[in-house]
Amino acid sequence: MEYRIEVENLNVHFDELHILKDVSLKIPKNAVTSLIGPSGCGKSTFIRTLNRMNDMISTFKMEGTVLLDGKDIYDPKIDVVDLRKKVGMVFQKPNPFPKSIFDNVAYGLRVHGVNDKDVLEQKVEESLKSAALWDEVKNILDKSAMGLSGGQQQRLCIARTIAVEPEVILMDEPCSALDPISTTKIEDLIHKLKNDFTIIIVTHNMQQATRVSKHTAFFLHGEIVESGLTEKIFIEPEDKRTEDYITGRFG
Amino acid sequence: MHRFIPPKIAQKIMTGVFWASGLLTILILLVIIGYVLFKGLPVVNFEFIFADPVNSGRSGGIFPFIMSSIYVTLIAVLVATPLGVGAAVYLSEYAGENRLVKLIRFGAETLSSIPSIVFGLFGLAFFVIYLGLGWSVLAGGLTLALMALPTILSASEVSIESINKSYAEGSLALGATKWQTIYKVVIPAALPGITTGVILGMGRAIAEAAAVLYTVGAALMIPTSIMDAARPLPLHLYILATEGLSMDNAWGTAAVLVIMILIITVVTNTLVDRYRKKMMGR
Repeated sequence: MEYRIEVENLNVHFDELHILKDVSLKIPKNAVTSLIGPSGCGKSTFIRTLNRMNDMISTFKMEGTVLLDGKDIYDPKIDVVDLRKKVGMVFQKPNPFPKSIFDNVAYGLRVHGVNDKDVLEQKVEESLKSAALWDEVKNILDKSAMGLSGGQQQRLCIARTIAVEPEVILMDEPCSALDPISTTKIEDLIHKLKNDFTIIIVTHNMQQATRVSKHTAFFLHGEIVESGLTEKIFIEPEDKRTEDYITGRFG
Repeated sequence: MHRFIPPKIAQKIMTGVFWASGLLTILILLVIIGYVLFKGLPVVNFEFIFADPVNSGRSGGIFPFIMSSIYVTLIAVLVATPLGVGAAVYLSEYAGENRLVKLIRFGAETLSSIPSIVFGLFGLAFFVIYLGLGWSVLAGGLTLALMALPTILSASEVSIESINKSYAEGSLALGATKWQTIYKVVIPAALPGITTGVILGMGRAIAEAAAVLYTVGAALMIPTSIMDAARPLPLHLYILATEGLSMDNAWGTAAVLVIMILIITVVTNTLVDRYRKKMMGR
């Protein structure tokens, strides 16, 4: 199997707090990997380590290696801007910019120096189509993204992310603020996107993990208890703690 | 504690009290503006606005003073806005919490409560004499910029701080640099609040007599360069009233000043509202 991301012996501290303990995980290429586990177990910290979003927190300290396509992303020579272009992120709460729908999707491209109007228009259309939002917004592209529903906003954020053509998309509980219908739409979208992107999704919803992902990793107290094929984790988990969690005995 | 008034009645009484306070505030404002306009408008006509003064302002118009006001205010805003917004960005996005930041905030707060005549004296000592700018539009404008600065700074800082941090995260996650994030996302989102601060600062500058008293001179002609002496409207008003030249023209000048400020406020509020609606899609 080909791996997009390889994390080895990752330890993360915030001040005295030891958030991630010796975490090792390999993320397969062009597939969906779910990260499950109770709140505060380090899932979000883990994915924010993958695009170096934790760098902004002054108390953040890490040891270990994170390889993207075999290259260490914490190498001082790595350009963080370049990394974040390759590793996109969709947040828990939809966070479109208070700009027009068009400008939201074009934002990443413009930031990376694309200014040709035709190219932008074409890219925006493609991205919105890939995010299954085009038909709903094609006539209101110049309207503010803030006027869209929560589900539409989240699909817009996905469109905005795929517009810069990342290799990896990190999703931090992307459906937790959405209603069931919007959630279904996002899940359908994830199915569609997995052929072209490596997707890592943090979720609290066990059904969602089984529906969308091929691989799953179970986090507990900053450690990975078990990881592997989603089917295996959910049908015959090796560890008692995994079984307790997925059957709802705690968490 | 004993309850003397039943809650429902207390609710009604307090609703009345708040209503009355609101109403009274509006009333006071209307009375002042109304009185100024009532006393001043009879003098105001096309000639009063567009003609030169005659006999030191005893008669004739106030056109040079309107232009003086516009010039000094423009200089004040052009100087204080980049400085104030820049400092606000520094304080809210770069500085964190340290001694220097606390000092800057303390400085801004103190600056905003210093009497304007003190600014005037400082302007005289520093701009007029030390920098050798003389009594000029530039010296007056810079003095007013100092007065407008803390207002613009604190309004901008509050506005930038109130911008949802998730916007900045979204931008950084797309590979934008911090600077791109600030000028493409944070500042546009904070623009309504920043504009309000600029207008407040501008209002302070355009209405100021004491700060320009020692810095701008008291010329009767339209300034043709920023090194010329000038006479903004509030200063003209002050001179007319204290030297007893013409109370009628003093009221007329006051009316023009009030109308100018009203126009600026209404126009910017409308523009800011429109921008905010476009931005937020409501």
